[in-house]
Amino acid sequence: MSLKLSRLSVRAPDGATLFAGLDLTVVAGEVATVTGPSGAGKSTLLDAIGGHLSPGFHVTGRVFLDGRDVTDLPAEARGIGVMFQQAVLFPHLSVADNLAFGLSPAIRGRVARRMAVADALAQAGLDGMGARDPATLSGGQRARAALMRTLLADPKAVLLDEPFSALDPGRRHDIREFVLATIRRSRIPALLVTHDRQDADAAGGPVVALT
Amino acid sequence: MARPLYAVISLRGISGAAIAIAVILPVMIGVVHSALAGFGHMPLLGARGPDLDAWRTLLGQPGLWRAVAVSLWTGMAATMISMGLAFGAVAALQDRVSWLRRVLAPLLAAPHAALAIGLAFVIAPSGWIARGLAVGLGWDRPPELATVGDPWGLALILGLVLKEVPFLIVILLGASTQIAMREQMAAGRALGYGRVAVWLWVLVPQLWPLIRLPVMAVLAFSMSVVDMALILGPSNPPTLSVMVARLFADPDLRAMLPASSGALLQLGLTAMAMGLLWAGASVAGIFARAAMRRGARLRGLDAWLAVPVLLLGGLLFLVVLSLAVLALWSVTFTWRWPDPWPQRLSMAAWQGRAGWLAAAQTAFFIALASSGIALILAIGWLEGGDRAGRHGLRGWMRAAVALPLLLPQLSVLIGLSGLLLRLEMAPMIAVVWAHVLFVFPYVMIALAGPWAALDPRMQRAAAALGAGPWRRLLRVKLPVLLAPLMLAAALGFAVSIAQYLPTMFLGGGRVATLTTEAVALSSGSDRRVAAVHATLQAGLPWLVYLAALILPAVIHRNRRALKGEAS
Repeated sequence: MSLKLSRLSVRAPDGATLFAGLDLTVVAGEVATVTGPSGAGKSTLLDAIGGHLSPGFHVTGRVFLDGRDVTDLPAEARGIGVMFQQAVLFPHLSVADNLAFGLSPAIRGRVARRMAVADALAQAGLDGMGARDPATLSGGQRARAALMRTLLADPKAVLLDEPFSALDPGRRHDIREFVLATIRRSRIPALLVTHDRQDADAAGGPVVALT
Repeated sequence: MARPLYAVISLRGISGAAIAIAVILPVMIGVVHSALAGFGHMPLLGARGPDLDAWRTLLGQPGLWRAVAVSLWTGMAATMISMGLAFGAVAALQDRVSWLRRVLAPLLAAPHAALAIGLAFVIAPSGWIARGLAVGLGWDRPPELATVGDPWGLALILGLVLKEVPFLIVILLGASTQIAMREQMAAGRALGYGRVAVWLWVLVPQLWPLIRLPVMAVLAFSMSVVDMALILGPSNPPTLSVMVARLFADPDLRAMLPASSGALLQLGLTAMAMGLLWAGASVAGIFARAAMRRGARLRGLDAWLAVPVLLLGGLLFLVVLSLAVLALWSVTFTWRWPDPWPQRLSMAAWQGRAGWLAAAQTAFFIALASSGIALILAIGWLEGGDRAGRHGLRGWMRAAVALPLLLPQLSVLIGLSGLLLRLEMAPMIAVVWAHVLFVFPYVMIALAGPWAALDPRMQRAAAALGAGPWRRLLRVKLPVLLAPLMLAAALGFAVSIAQYLPTMFLGGGRVATLTTEAVALSSGSDRRVAAVHATLQAGLPWLVYLAALILPAVIHRNRRALKGEAS
């Protein structure tokens, strides 16, 4: 499995061209990093890859996932998971229902689906927190729940949009290790956007610096 | 900050008391009076209940149960269709919100009666649509099909939907700014869900509690509306609201008793419908939750989002057509079937009688007075709140403001006019007051947001320069808030112009506004005179809105920081 960007660039509604012609290949189990100052278009790059650009933005170049061109597919058909900075757990659902929301429909039957969610909660160290309101979780717990929700959907690649920047520095290291190890274990390519040098070092994959 | 106690209680206390006594209590007393009279207790008429005579008379009305069924059906159907369309349109046009807002804004000011009359001119067997078809199909006479006043109330439902869809869309757009919509949409789609699925499983469950109150207000209105039901609804039997209004209009004062029972029945029916809608939403929520837990991605449904967009386009086209045909009929001299355009235009209907001028003056005065009073009450409460350190619309006022919007007007007004029989208030004063009851909530809601959003540092800066509370209000707050103040007043004006029942019931037939005249004339034979009144009724609020937009822009033309306030 691999995620490949070929001559990718985005023209903003104001006519400015962001990251002219980006080339990058990320292989399965690898976490590539995109760094750059704020305003360099890091989030826009992830939006372009994941299919979340607002109307008015124009993409040139191609995005390939396992050799398949997904550039023109809608976000939901790409199979690219995203872990957002603010976790974006759905506030009206319990933690378990948030994970169940992610769980691929290929897993059928109430019992099987409950088991899959319980397993994922256990993996993330969230045993017994399934019934909790996501708003009562700590930042680190939210990040772990969001990652499990993303992975339960069986994505073919994962994008990480500064998922550690909102965490307090003390917890940051542990969460980062957990996220990176979990992604490596699931054997899919991942792309991490960050402005933190340490994140890039920990990811260990290729680094692209946007200016 | 040390302030003398009297300064803290005074403004908030005085305005709160004024609002409670002038607006909230009368609404409740109106309902209580309906309840007493409905059970045969109205000493003024020599009725000393409790007894069930009034109910017997009411239940003896021919077609009563069918009228109840029609009210329930038209109100529920109009509300559900409007809600579905509003959700669908916002879901489909999520990325074009500012465009949507701009398109809908001018339509919000159109009064129900004018819209209904225009719609009748468009869809009637001799209306514009039939004329268009007749040319192509070679009809030599209007089709014999009851497209207006049909026994199923379909024309009434269409009219209500035309009016409520833009309102609900604007409410939804407001509510959607309170949740992280874009982020949650992206998160849902990244997990493989289609847009429709994200709306159904994620956004609707969060938006529903935020819009429940306005939806219930739409339901209460749709079920109890009288003017639209008179123009578009079935006639024999009519809706319950029309039947009760007719009872009330009976010259025999004793008909007040069964009319009061009818007001109670209307209230009960509305409460039942609200309960049904609430329960229906809860059951739908349970099924949706189950489908969500199965992980239903529903990607195939996204193509169907084109349907609400097309329907919304059709509705807007129909609104424009309805308003255009009003203007056209008002300047028509002769317009023979099946011509699509009048043979001769003339200003005769405008010049001939001065009837419309008197009605327009009365309507204008009532609207000006009631929106002015409502604005002063609202400013008093909000400013009083600021001085007491309790900002914005909260506490009992939040619930109080919703009350006149959730109770059927009919149920409140029948009781109030029964009370007024004793008070002998001048009809004009009674009508202005009755308008204030229904104008005030809108003005208050419209003003509370911008008022709370005012930068508090401005007040502190003014206070630090030695300006007292009144000087701060008059020289800083009100000028800075000029644009939202004007818009709130314009909204109040439009609401007042559209009122039918308050004028009819409390004016005792002696106060004629554009709305009462337009409704009365709509059943007459001369479309031109009805069109003149309806055109004015639709045009007046629109002009006032325009003035409310332009005036602050001109006054603040060199003040860039105040430009955004109007939106």
